[in-house]
Order: sequence, then C-alpha cells, then structure tokens
Amino acid sequence: MVEQILEHPYTKFLRKAMMPHIWCPGCGNGVVLNCFVHALDELQMDLDKIVVVSGIGCIGRTAGYINTDSFHTTHGRALAFASGVKLANPELEVVVVSGDGDLFAIGGNHFIHAARRNIGVKVICANNFTYGMTGGQAGPTTPLESITTTSPYGNIEHPFNLVHLAAASGAVYVARWTNLHVRRLTQSIKKLMQKEGFGFVEVVSACPEIYGRYNKMRSGLEIMEWFKRASVVESFSDPAKAEITPERIPVGEFVDVEKLSFEKLLYEKISQINERALGKVS
Amino acid sequence: MSLKRTLLTGSHFMNGDVACAEGAMAAGCRFFAGYPITPATEIAEHLSQRMPEFGGIYIQMEDEIASMAAIIGASYAGLKAMTATSGPGFSLMQENIGLAVMTEAPCVVVDIMRGGPSTGQPTMPGQQDVMQARWGSHGDYGIIALSPSSVQEMFDLTVEAFNLAETYRVPTLLMGDEIVGHMWEKVVIPPPEKIKTINRKKPNVDPDKYEPFMPDDDLVPPMACFGEGYHFHASGLTHDEHGFPRTSSSEAQTKLVQRLCGKISMNVDKIVKVEEVMLDDAEIGVVAYGIVARAALSAVRKAREKGIKAGLLRPITLWPFPEKQVAKMAKKAKAIVVPEMNCGQMVREVERAAKETPVTFLGKLGEDPHTPAEILETIRRSC
Repeated sequence: MVEQILEHPYTKFLRKAMMPHIWCPGCGNGVVLNCFVHALDELQMDLDKIVVVSGIGCIGRTAGYINTDSFHTTHGRALAFASGVKLANPELEVVVVSGDGDLFAIGGNHFIHAARRNIGVKVICANNFTYGMTGGQAGPTTPLESITTTSPYGNIEHPFNLVHLAAASGAVYVARWTNLHVRRLTQSIKKLMQKEGFGFVEVVSACPEIYGRYNKMRSGLEIMEWFKRASVVESFSDPAKAEITPERIPVGEFVDVEKLSFEKLLYEKISQINERALGKVS
Repeated sequence: MSLKRTLLTGSHFMNGDVACAEGAMAAGCRFFAGYPITPATEIAEHLSQRMPEFGGIYIQMEDEIASMAAIIGASYAGLKAMTATSGPGFSLMQENIGLAVMTEAPCVVVDIMRGGPSTGQPTMPGQQDVMQARWGSHGDYGIIALSPSSVQEMFDLTVEAFNLAETYRVPTLLMGDEIVGHMWEKVVIPPPEKIKTINRKKPNVDPDKYEPFMPDDDLVPPMACFGEGYHFHASGLTHDEHGFPRTSSSEAQTKLVQRLCGKISMNVDKIVKVEEVMLDDAEIGVVAYGIVARAALSAVRKAREKGIKAGLLRPITLWPFPEKQVAKMAKKAKAIVVPEMNCGQMVREVERAAKETPVTFLGKLGEDPHTPAEILETIRRSC
C-alpha cells in the first residue's frame, strides 16, 4: 500500500493563504525560513508565544509566511517595534527576520542600540549583499568592487562586517553561516532561541537573480559554489577579522556569552520599586 | 523621592507636562517610549519615575522613530502606550504614525509644540504643527488630534486621547504647546473610579475564524493581541481583512483606505468636542485653540463690555475639524477672527467651513502668545 503524504511536515508553520511565496528561483530566503522553522520544530516551541517581526525587503515577507503572530513593519524599524513587544510582554519570544539593508542601513541605529541594551530579541539576518526587492542597489554589506544597479562602475564603499558589528555592540550570541550550512545554521538558530538577551545569526544568502546577475553568478548553483569555495569555519575567532571577501567567508559561532537581559533587569527593578512603594504606602 | 503606587487624586499644583503624564497613568497607560526633547522632556522624566510604580514600562529609545515604533509594538502586545515629543521629534515620528494608522494600533502621541521649522526655538511656544498633525504622514488617513489650553486639560485630554485611540484604533495626538506644557496650574483629579477609561474591543470568535481587519458596523475591527493564540498578521502594506498584503489590488486599496478615513469621518459627531462661549448672538466669532484661546476668551469678554457682540468657539478637537460648529457660527456672524501662533494653518479650515463669512487671521510667532488687547483690536476692526 502506498502511503499518501498529504502535507509537508512543516505545513503547520506556514500560512497557506500566502503561498506561493514571492521569492525568485535560487533565492536563499527559503533556506533561511526552512532552517528557522526546523529549529522551532526541534525545540517544540509554543507557537502561541512566538512573534515574528520583519522589516522591508524580500526576506521581510517571512513575517507574512510564518503562521505565528507576526508583524511587517516600516523599513528598518523591525527591531524598534520588536523592542516594544518584548518589553510589554517578556513572555513572548520575539524574533526579527530581516535583511542586510533593512537591519544595517536604514535600521542600523536600532540594531546597535537593541544589542547594547541586550534586549531579548533574536535577530536572523539574510545578508544577500544587495537591495533585492528594489532591483539590486548597493547596500551596507555590498562587497568592494561589486557591480550593482547603483554601483555600475564597481562599489567603492567598505562593507560592514556584521559579525564584528554585532559583537562590538553587545550581542550575547553571534553566528554566521551561509545557505549551504543548513544543519549548522539550524543548530545556531536553536541556540539563538534559547539564549537570554540579544542574539544575532547572519545567513550569507544567495540572490542569483539580482546580485548574482551583475556579478558573474547568474544561477543559485554558482553562488552556492562560491559559498562552498570561500567558506571557512573559524568559530570563536576574532570577529574583527571575519570580513567577507570574494575569496573568504569566515563562518561559525563567534560570540556565546552570558549576560542578564534588559527585560530581566527592568522587571527586577520594577519589582524592587514596587516593594518599596507598597512599603511606603501601607 | 515620594513613591506612591496609587493614582493621584484631589487638587494638585503641577505643570502641564506632569499633568499629561499623570493623565496617562490614570488612563491605564503602562508603556512609555520616548526620547528627550524640550519642551516635552518632563513627561518622560515623570513617567520614568511613575511607570515602574505601576509595573509599567518606561524606555528611552535611541530616537523618536524608534519610540513611535516601540509604542506600536507595545500596543500590539496589549498595553496602552504613549510617546511624547516636540516638533523635530514629531517630524521623525510621522513615518510610524502612518504605520500605526495602517495597522490600526491604538496609541497616544503627545506633541508639545515649540517654534519651528527645524530646530527653531526649543523653549518658545508655537502652534505650527497642527497641519502636520493632520497630514504629516504620507497617504490618506483619518486621525484624531486634541488641543489642551490649560494644565487641567493636559490631564483630562490625555485620558480622552487614550479613550479615543482605544475606541477607534487610531493614533491620537495631543497637540499641546510649550506654555501649557511648562505652565504650573491647579489640577483637580477625580478618584480613579470616576475617571472614564475605555479599552479596545476584543474579538469574540475562535482564533481560526478571526479576521484581524474585518470591521464592525462602526468601521473599527476588534483587536487581538500577540500571544493570545490568534496567530494573526499585521502589515504596513495594503492588506485585506485577513491582514495579508494586497499590493496590486485597486479594490483592496480603495476599501482599506476609505475605511481608515471613514472610521473617523463617520464618527465625527461622537469625536468632536468644542467649547462655545457667548456664541448664541455673536456677530463676531473668534475661533482659537490651545493657549491662544485663553487670551481670546479674555478679548471676547472685554468686547462684550464694550458692547460688541463677540463669542468664542474653541476647538478642543482639532482633527477631525469641527466643521459643523464653525459653519453654524458663521451663518450668524458678520465676521470671524482666527488668532494662531503660526503663519495661518487652522484658519484655512475655518475659511472653508465659514464659506461667505469674512475671516481675519491674526498670526503670531516667537515668545509671547497674543495678548487679549491684540485680539480685541482685531475684533473691533472686524465689526
């Protein structure tokens, strides 16, 4: 007897009404979503208590696709919105899934301050080196000399090393993997979800249709080959030296430390103040 | 530091910013996010002390953009939330005021107006942001804005702002100015049980039947919050009743945007509040709001003493604009005088509602608002 598989095992994590997704063939965003969902499944997390927040951009559609409470903010503001959610209800697991432009150009200020406060929001960033949704402009992670629709003569702006930025800003967990490292990425997302405080996972992600088109990697496979060729696992090496270049993509876990979260400190403070206040009133 | 985990009641002498902060506590606000700015900082300072006493959250964000985003997040997580700022910060908040409009997040935004444009005059009053309150974020939408003219009203209208925000699921703006913000006056605060507070309506359907943007007859959808098991989606993109993006549908755009405008315009009679003084037989009508209305009231009384039939219409609600009330006054009046601390903003709305009745604008900028004598002189010349 042939067993009929009626549903994909992860169907419950996705909103059917939102399918098909908008992502191009060869896009790495599906891998990011898949690994995220896989991690939630393995951790047996209570989906009622998860809030997924995205900003603007291709990966920003994740909030709409995942079947939890979710919110799609204005461009760059996902972390500021998420901070409000987390502080208002610390019982919620608040995850920001967004892109390099959203989180580090227009939203850069929110990122460094959320990390500095160590607020318990988890960030998964799909870094595809470009603004995919608007047609492939240069962004804060575009490698030097890359061709984009706004750097037609080659990019001359130095890109952010996101691992270094997150570590320096105070994140308690920092990891980077590529679309190729699905198992290790899933493990890192699991770890991220279990950490107290602000954690950051960068996923170096394929954008063959837009970024690859201008940079001699026209197919998803070609970009994956670049990831395979250039990736070097350098866990807990100096984040300052984890710059991505065409020749070298340092991956691994870079930071894993313990630090009291902002919300824990805040709620402790509130209960102390309340005890004092009640003492004085009674 | 006096710590009292109780709401203030009785008579107090305080400044307008503090009265606003206490009004927020009384309204049930339990989340404040802000960024320091003159002349609104005292609201944040006071709430940084008071919020924790109630188990509420005070957070200083990295800027006003973030503050506005954070209160939307807190609102969706189920708390009544507020931010407070002044002109430059109000400009930064416009982006996410639009997000609050689009996602129908109840919240209160206080703008203690100072002199603009740009950094302008931080410690001087102004009424230069009143059109920005209406039109500051891009796209079409309805919004509610209130104008306090005393420290008492900084308290009362803050409570009212929360009630309106929760009723209509719209960001509600409290448009104070540097004078009502910094001035000290007596404030009488009723006991908590006498203060009317309204909470957003909640869905009464099973989570799988819940459509987060399906409105009731009043055009306002019931609101689930994060963590309640509804698994709903909200987006700044044009969306359908399910909350799902509909970025290429003219029908969805028309339906949604018309409803966002309509839920305010349809309920205008329930929302609008004005104060009318000696308008029954008024031949000269003065329309003034905020701190300027106090000089206007004095001018109207002085005019009456001199035998001029003057009256005052004070919009407490700036937006939606009290068009009917102005039109009614204009039918009987020979002339209308509009003093404002700007170069002519609400006067345009007055002119629109007044139709044929001539309107004289009296603008003022800088440190001092109009004196009663200045307004009286314009009333005289309008006779």
